[in-house]
Amino acid sequence: MRERLARTFDEEGAKAALLAAVSTVVVFGLLWWAVTRSPSWPAVRNQFFSGDDFAASWPRVVKGFWLNVRLFLISMLTIPVAALFVALMRSFRGPGFFPLRLLAVIYTDLFRGIPLFLLIVLMGFGMPALQIRGLPSSATFWAVTALTLSYAAYTAEIYRSGIDAVPESQRASARALGLTQWQSMRFAILPQAVRNVVPALMNTVVSLQKDVALVSVVGVRDAVREAEIYTSRTFNYTSYVVATLLFLAISVPLTRSVDWYTERDRAQRSQAVS
Amino acid sequence: MADQSTDTPKLELRDVHKSFGDKPVLQGLDLTVKEHEVVCLIGPSGCGKSTILRCIDLLDPINAGSILLDGQNITGPRVNANQIRRRIGIVFQSFNLFPHMNVLDNVTLGPRRAHGTPRREAEARAVELLERFGLGDKADAYPNRMSGGQNQRAAIVRALMVEPEVLLLDEVTSALDPELVGEVLGVIRELRDEGLTMVLATHEMGFARDVANQVVFLHEGRVLEAAPPSELFDHPRHPRTQQFLHRVTEAGRL
Repeated sequence: MRERLARTFDEEGAKAALLAAVSTVVVFGLLWWAVTRSPSWPAVRNQFFSGDDFAASWPRVVKGFWLNVRLFLISMLTIPVAALFVALMRSFRGPGFFPLRLLAVIYTDLFRGIPLFLLIVLMGFGMPALQIRGLPSSATFWAVTALTLSYAAYTAEIYRSGIDAVPESQRASARALGLTQWQSMRFAILPQAVRNVVPALMNTVVSLQKDVALVSVVGVRDAVREAEIYTSRTFNYTSYVVATLLFLAISVPLTRSVDWYTERDRAQRSQAVS
Repeated sequence: MADQSTDTPKLELRDVHKSFGDKPVLQGLDLTVKEHEVVCLIGPSGCGKSTILRCIDLLDPINAGSILLDGQNITGPRVNANQIRRRIGIVFQSFNLFPHMNVLDNVTLGPRRAHGTPRREAEARAVELLERFGLGDKADAYPNRMSGGQNQRAAIVRALMVEPEVLLLDEVTSALDPELVGEVLGVIRELRDEGLTMVLATHEMGFARDVANQVVFLHEGRVLEAAPPSELFDHPRHPRTQQFLHRVTEAGRL
């Protein structure tokens, strides 16, 4: 009986898989047919998907993209550090810490309120123009600083929500052991807080990876800027598609792994509760 | 603390007031705990039992009055709260072990970080205490993999690691399944026999009768009646106390 049941299920599964495969082929085939049969398709293909332009622009755009990757990696270090600092400033209690808390509140309000694009323009063009001795005059430096300041404000709030989500009883229990406020934070609260917000942090990483492209507005020769230069010479947009593909090559796997991790984390937690 | 005169109580609360917002919880509470004494706080929910314990451990600041440990006012302005907390142990109703640490790390965190005990020394003592309380095989276990009774015993070990002068126990059996209550009460009885000074907030009247030197009935943030258990349970003087004990007896907890 059980065997017969199992076989039925197997057969049903196979049927379902076949149906899914056939319908997928049909739907995508129809879409492809509709797009390529449309009268304007050749123009679109030449403008965006030209093989020659793809090959011609590839080396420069890739070179520019390597800069995006490096800036991304640098911000991945600067943002969490700055954000943690701000979150801690805001989480310490007691009247003596009031100025620090106030400073942290002003910072997060300010930098979350300014559009990132505007901030990058403001700092990337503005700061080098000051020509203050001792301050770096590289637009790239200031663009990354702007990126860090803006993202750190958001990330600090993520950390803080994680810190707030740790039950008050955990803090009491740490203080009761005689640990100082800082030790309680460091050994008892923060490890739990960070674990709480890993999925949210990973989502921030995904959007950061894309927002790194904004540095191109201050003339930094990243992938987007290189693509723009190519387009302005050739009036062909394939170079932008190259840049798009490069960003997708990183962001899609990144998003997928965030989803995978979040799902696994949720499964583990619900298991621990039951 | 051996040179303390025997007249000085280990712990003394004088006219303690505490309110949360505009809700008064303690309204002129006086309490004296002698060294080696076990004091059980009983009373209806919301009478301030837990608040007293939290105030003694300086986890909640009091609004007025004073709390004295070995005659020293620990609620005064120039007191290092961390120093005081290192001399007092507290165990909570819901254990409050750190979920991200195994039992060994949970119980050695205090000694290592707050008291500067070297890791090896702290771990040796931890293993000894865990063995003694039947948790010898749980050093590597995480709290969420253990029963409530095991969690609570680990929490008691955590409080005992630094040899506290006073141990505060806040309804430590209330969150446990009935069959696990016994193992935790057994541990407390053992500590009483060793002469540890303890203040317990409890709903277990039978246990209070068995373990306490003094039972304190609280009502509306004040001590209404305090007496040795036989006296308080068998001949309660105050009508409120009688009423409370009557209700508890009806509920089958005496």
